[in-house]
Amino acid sequence: MSNTDFALAVEDLSVSFDGFKAIDDLTLYIDRNELRVIIGPNGAGKTTLLDLICGRTRASGGSIKFKNEELTGLAEYTRVRRGIGRKFQTPSIYENLSVFQNLEVSFPKGRSVLGALFFRCDDAVKARVQAVAEEVGLAGALEMEAGLLSHGQKQWLEIGMLLMQEPELLMLDEPIAGMSARERELTAELLQRICRNRSVIVIEHDMDFVKQIAHKVTVMHQGKILAEGTMEKVQNDPKVIDVYLGH
Amino acid sequence: MNGFKSWLFRPGVGSTLILALVLLVLLPLTLDAFRLNLVGKYLTYAFVAVGLVMVWGWGGVLSLGQGVFFGLGGYAMAMFLKLEASDPESTKIQSTPGIPDFMDWNQLTELPWFWVPFKSLPFTLIAVVAVPMLLAFIISFAMFKRRVGGVYFAIITQAVALIVTVLIIGQQGYTGGVNGMTDLKTLNGWDIRTDSARLILYYVCCALLLGSIVLCGWIQRSKFGTLLLAMRDKEDRVRFSGYDVAMFKVATFCLGAALAGIGGAMFALQVGFMSPSFVGIVPSIEMVIYAAVGGRMSLVGAVYGALLVNAGRTLFSETFPDLWLFLMAALFIGVTMAFPMGLAGLWEDKVKPWWRRRGAERKAQKEAIAAAHAAYPDPPPKPPARPGSPSLPSGVSGQQA
Repeated sequence: MSNTDFALAVEDLSVSFDGFKAIDDLTLYIDRNELRVIIGPNGAGKTTLLDLICGRTRASGGSIKFKNEELTGLAEYTRVRRGIGRKFQTPSIYENLSVFQNLEVSFPKGRSVLGALFFRCDDAVKARVQAVAEEVGLAGALEMEAGLLSHGQKQWLEIGMLLMQEPELLMLDEPIAGMSARERELTAELLQRICRNRSVIVIEHDMDFVKQIAHKVTVMHQGKILAEGTMEKVQNDPKVIDVYLGH
Repeated sequence: MNGFKSWLFRPGVGSTLILALVLLVLLPLTLDAFRLNLVGKYLTYAFVAVGLVMVWGWGGVLSLGQGVFFGLGGYAMAMFLKLEASDPESTKIQSTPGIPDFMDWNQLTELPWFWVPFKSLPFTLIAVVAVPMLLAFIISFAMFKRRVGGVYFAIITQAVALIVTVLIIGQQGYTGGVNGMTDLKTLNGWDIRTDSARLILYYVCCALLLGSIVLCGWIQRSKFGTLLLAMRDKEDRVRFSGYDVAMFKVATFCLGAALAGIGGAMFALQVGFMSPSFVGIVPSIEMVIYAAVGGRMSLVGAVYGALLVNAGRTLFSETFPDLWLFLMAALFIGVTMAFPMGLAGLWEDKVKPWWRRRGAERKAQKEAIAAAHAAYPDPPPKPPARPGSPSLPSGVSGQQA
């Protein structure tokens, strides 16, 4: 089987913590420009899967191929430089820096020690920061200290920081957690806009939100994939109803 | 002119200029040669404190072993000076003339191989910076690549400080042991013990220190500085933004070590000896106290911290020698409890807002008076102004009566 057409090909991936198999022989393919939502009950291994892809956790076995290149064994920052962006579950931004600085630091230039010393924030960088800030709705708050943003704005800022890197695969862990109804709508629109030229993996619990954004849904349970397909197909799957939706 | 003014009010520029004025003009004019040499000695610790501002304040990595790097820089310089002081002519009573006296006392008959390059001044000057940096690189690369940080890193630096001290004291024949290297006399034939030489060395020390502050200020304003702050806050976010976090910490730690090394070398030059008592755990912790008292986020504050704590030490240890350590501990605890950002934080949070408030009050008062004058074009009779003082502001006109 050729994997070249997939943006991300995860095959036979396993990881165990003290004998507990958090991810168990998992195989998953993500197409280019696809928005995939992963759902599953707590402890199903969703976050662990993202950790494995971005390198926060080391796999015990299996392979992760991104654009047909093996990722397992690469350092986290190398994977990021290859084009993988990861948003954490709790908004992970630099509270003491301004919104502008948060975005500027995420600009994918000057990433080495010397590069950072001699990095200059030129017009191209400023224009990019402005564009991304407008995309995530923070153009009016560029000079604000990031710690003063509302919870929803922090989530958007982190998504903006990822967009600065222009990743080809974007992984978002519960991006709408703690958001108001209006903010959820805006985030759904944002996700639909940004998945046009990249693949996106989203972990989410909110079923209405999932229905709104997902191209395809993957249901995980106990480290394995239980079902995969469109939202309707998954929702009507008796196994899925049994472990998850039926609750 | 406008460009100059905006440059002057950029953060850090004004305070650095004031510090330069204090160090280069005020202190030399007010202190005698002996006291000025003491200040020069304190300033060598300020190098370490400035390095700690970068490593601890900005980098968030507490190092309790900066004395090691201070010592390595100092010993490198002292080795050169000692070799120069040990020419065959002045050591002819030794059984092996031409080697440092302590080697002769320890039955060494020839110069150890690692001493030989220190006959060259250029090599020594490079070693002053390179040797501390090399050790710092080895320690920090091994630790940070394995994600050892925080209190564990601090403990390891303490252990390194202890190991290096034991090594220096134990290898008496190579290092001068517990006495260190004494009787340092000349630098390339230039007697460093005269008052004029000490004055020149003081100015060299100040220039290097101010240069270090400018360099560190530039680093703080670069993306590197922003990244350090970002790392202190959310290390994982920086890592998953494509940065090799460990290398940034290694670079910062090496910078701190290089600065400490320069400080050590200036110490050996100005004080005329180097000994293990500046390397161990206690001096290393004292160096952290300088940065804490001055303010661990402020480069200029760190210099004042080093000056004040050391001046306090000289003052108090002359009067109450037994109490000094307790006073020092009380100072450290007091400062960290009351002003976690040190003197610089006190200045930023208390003095500056107070000054601004006063300025605003004065301005409001002036405006109120001007408004009152505008509302009543015929002011109530005032005592006639004296000729010759027409420029007095209206607010103080009462004094004329």
